[in-house]
Amino acid sequence: MTPVNEGDTAAVPGGEALLQVRRLVQEFVLRDYGGVKGGVLQAVSDVSFDLQAGETLGIVGETGSGKSTLARSVIQAPPPKQGAVIFEGKDLVGLSRRAMKPVRRDLQMVFQDPFTSLDPKWTVSRIIGEPLVAYALGSRAERRERVNSLLDLVGLDPASYGRKRPRELSGGQAQRVAIARALVLEPKLILCDEPVSSLDVLVQAQVLNLFEKLRSELGLSYLFIAHDLALVKQVSDRVAVMYLGKLCEIGPVREIYRQPLHPYTLALLNSIPDPSPRARKRDTGSVISGELPSPVDPPSGCRFRTRCPRAQERCAAEAPELRTLGSDKHLVACHFPLSDGSRTSADGAAELEVLGRLEPGGVP
Amino acid sequence: MAGSLGQRVRRLTGTSAAGWSAARGEPAPSGPEPGASPLLDVCDLRVRFRSRGAVVNAVQGISLTVEPGQTLAIIGESGSGKTVSAYAVMGLLPPSAQVSGSIRFKGVQLVGRSEKELQEHRGRNAAMVFQNPERSLNPTMRIGTQITEAIRRHLPLDRHQAHERAVELLRMVRIPAPERRFYEYPHQLSGGMRQRVVIAIALACQPALLIADEATTALDVTTQAQIMDLLLDLQHELGTALVMISHDLALAASYAEEVIVMYAGRVVERAAAGDLFGSVRMPYTRALLGAIPRADVEPHMLLPVIGGLPPDLSTIVPGCSFAPRCPDAQQDCRREMPPLEEHETGHWWACWHPCEGGQGGQKEAAP
Repeated sequence: MTPVNEGDTAAVPGGEALLQVRRLVQEFVLRDYGGVKGGVLQAVSDVSFDLQAGETLGIVGETGSGKSTLARSVIQAPPPKQGAVIFEGKDLVGLSRRAMKPVRRDLQMVFQDPFTSLDPKWTVSRIIGEPLVAYALGSRAERRERVNSLLDLVGLDPASYGRKRPRELSGGQAQRVAIARALVLEPKLILCDEPVSSLDVLVQAQVLNLFEKLRSELGLSYLFIAHDLALVKQVSDRVAVMYLGKLCEIGPVREIYRQPLHPYTLALLNSIPDPSPRARKRDTGSVISGELPSPVDPPSGCRFRTRCPRAQERCAAEAPELRTLGSDKHLVACHFPLSDGSRTSADGAAELEVLGRLEPGGVP
Repeated sequence: MAGSLGQRVRRLTGTSAAGWSAARGEPAPSGPEPGASPLLDVCDLRVRFRSRGAVVNAVQGISLTVEPGQTLAIIGESGSGKTVSAYAVMGLLPPSAQVSGSIRFKGVQLVGRSEKELQEHRGRNAAMVFQNPERSLNPTMRIGTQITEAIRRHLPLDRHQAHERAVELLRMVRIPAPERRFYEYPHQLSGGMRQRVVIAIALACQPALLIADEATTALDVTTQAQIMDLLLDLQHELGTALVMISHDLALAASYAEEVIVMYAGRVVERAAAGDLFGSVRMPYTRALLGAIPRADVEPHMLLPVIGGLPPDLSTIVPGCSFAPRCPDAQQDCRREMPPLEEHETGHWWACWHPCEGGQGGQKEAAP
């Protein structure tokens, strides 16, 4: 890994960011039988970004790209191996459990599967009220009132839902309860890890609208993790694209979708099925082939090079740094980006198509 | 699904006694032939389950046809009856299911057949790929063994020939280094590769119909595109009819020729993919389309949503089952069930007050 100047990271100029992640590295040691060290899984490698108050940063990537690990490293569960997570000016890495407790009030998480993140034996009211008990906030009556107001906020009738248990709820209702639980302490930042992936499309739309409503009414910030680029566009101000533990591209959502600079971002965009009849998938044909390489033994240089149609010798020798291209908020880590920031994405798409597809498995 | 993994693999591949050479020798129909009878003709299919005293009407009279070589998508929410319908076509429903109506495959009636007769049907005629490849494969068996087990059970091939055939199948589903992969276990493969193996097993007897039940739902978006491309290429090569069951309208629109929309055990709209998404008629389909987040809209737009939940399938209420959630519902919608009729050429819908053509899914709510 080559050094990066502090000013060279994905920081947005102007103002102290709510969350600053600096050169975060998370690794897991794999153990073979008998506890022999088998290898090091590089889940997140040298990731830096900023998140402003009131902003939503979407993180997209395939399974195994390290996006969930990144979110968990931010809330120090478990703490990262290297790097800094600066939340409201305070570095969370290395804080004791006692020192972390007040911070966690402001940092909450919503998980993918609401049924595994809610205690099946507890009532909805008790689940939502538990954080208040844990932080010894309010009297019993005040807590009850707060729980009821939150149930109202997420669109569940307190009188009929407060006494229910998770198994009596549908997926969408359970996810609303999980959101209410995350909101009860009035956090500043909510980390959402695929919060709507397990829901039916109509329910998914309802929950996405709820996230939007909460953002505008409560001024929340979100770190919104999803594998669906279209969905991320719906909720985000900026988008970060991850591949095999590294940040490929980060920038304002409109720019990323109008003019993706990293070949991987374009491939992800081209993989979205489009319901409109004018864009039949079969015609575009510029979908990447191959599979995600192992994070235990990632490719040298650029990690995407084994599946990249633009890869050249330099990509294997030298890992690309995140650098600004186009506008100063749009950063890309690629030696041969799809454009220099002035061309249209249509040119890039056509070029990727001409370069053709790789055989499955890619370059070894 | 009940039964051991071995049984499940066998179900996937069927128990055809016919030889592989016979299967290969049969000319594969390459597309819908005018005048020919449909490959699959489902007429007024009803499936009921009894559970704890209540009767669940999972499928309430659906009719559909699949032509040889056609790509049909069945879409709907969880509990709309799409998977149960597919299980009925495969003959995979548990004995507790009460099936009525008619399912004709190449003119042969399937409803009321014995398990043994249905085993003849499965694999040889129709095969199915399920959502979760982990559960379709035996984790303790090498993938090659799982394929050859299926081949050798049904086809008169010796070990060596079955091995060759399995490697050929693995190559056909574009698994790199198939000779080496043959000896690997499912856990050594990625999710996409495992689904390729399941597809290889399903195609082992060259079925005329392949049902893909949410076959790409558990996969990443890039892998999903790869698997869908593979399925369509194989379908083109082998002339197999493909029925893809999905909750994802965008996926169906991108890959299928014809789309059937199911709601509460009924077909509510049926049209060619291009027609349907160009001019939605059923308010339910419009709601589904509108709820899909799209890459071409501005961020922070609210999605148009409808409230409510799908109806309880254990009680049958008069009228349209979507009426309680429908923004356009009127008095007559609650009185009488609208029949599924072909209102325009090739476009069927079941609605008393259909939407005007051309507005489907394009409406956006104000932020």
